[in-house]
Amino acid sequence: MPTVELLFSAQPEHVRTARLVAAQVARRAGVDEASLDEVRLAVGEACSRAVGLHRNNGVEQPVRVLLNEDEKKFSIEVVDEVPGTAAGGSPDAAEDSAAEDEGEMGLAVISGLVDDVEVIEGDRGGVIRMTWPTVSV
Amino acid sequence: MDLSLSTRTVGDRTIVEVGGEIDVYTAPKLREQLVELVNDGSYHLVVDMEGVDFLDSTGLGVLVGGLKRVRAHEGSLRLVCNQERILKIFRITGLTKVFPIHTSVDEAVAATD
Repeated sequence: MPTVELLFSAQPEHVRTARLVAAQVARRAGVDEASLDEVRLAVGEACSRAVGLHRNNGVEQPVRVLLNEDEKKFSIEVVDEVPGTAAGGSPDAAEDSAAEDEGEMGLAVISGLVDDVEVIEGDRGGVIRMTWPTVSV
Repeated sequence: MDLSLSTRTVGDRTIVEVGGEIDVYTAPKLREQLVELVNDGSYHLVVDMEGVDFLDSTGLGVLVGGLKRVRAHEGSLRLVCNQERILKIFRITGLTKVFPIHTSVDEAVAATD
C-alpha cells in the first residue's frame, strides 16, 4: 500500500494540489530539501500530461498519484487510464497534436530533471515512476 | 498562489509583469494576455518573471508561442529572470538559446540585438 494515494478528477486546477501534496510527503520522507523543487516540477509535469491524456481521450476516471516512502528511497507514480500513449496516443486524439506536443515536452522536462525515471505503458494505461533517494533524519 | 499579470509601457517596449504560478491551469491566462498585446500592436515585449514562483512546460509553451507571434511582426520577446529554479527549466529544455534572458527590466529595455 502506498504511503499516500491521491486521486483527482482530470482538471488542470487540481494539478497544483498534487504538486503541493507530493512535495510535502517527499519532505517528510526525507528527500533532500534541494531536490524538492524537482519533485514539485516533475510531479506537476506528469500530472499535467495525465490530465491532458484523460481530457483528450474522454476518459472520466481520475488521475492517480501514488507516493511511496521506502527505507532509502521515495517514489512517485502518476497513473493514467489511457492505453498505448507511448505510441502517440489513440487515433481519436490525433487532431489535438498541440496538446500532445505539450505532453511530450513535459516528458522531456521530467527526463532532464529526474535521474531515476521509468515510463511504463500497459493495456489499461501508462505509469510514470520517478524515484529519489532519501536521507535518514 | 494564482497567477497575477500587469502591463506597462516603457518607450516602445511593453513590460508584462508576471507573478505567482504558471502551470497547466494558469498558463492560458498568460497566453491570452500575450495574444491580446500582439493583436493590439505591441510587438516588443519584456516578460518580467521575477515574481514567478513556479513555471512548468505549459508555461514554456506559452512563452514560445508568444515569441513566435512577435517574430511574425519582427518584434521581440525578452525575459527578466534571476531565479535559479526558474532558469534551470529553461536550461534543461535548451530554451536559453531561444530567449534573451536579462537580469533586470532596465537591461531588457535597453537591449537592442
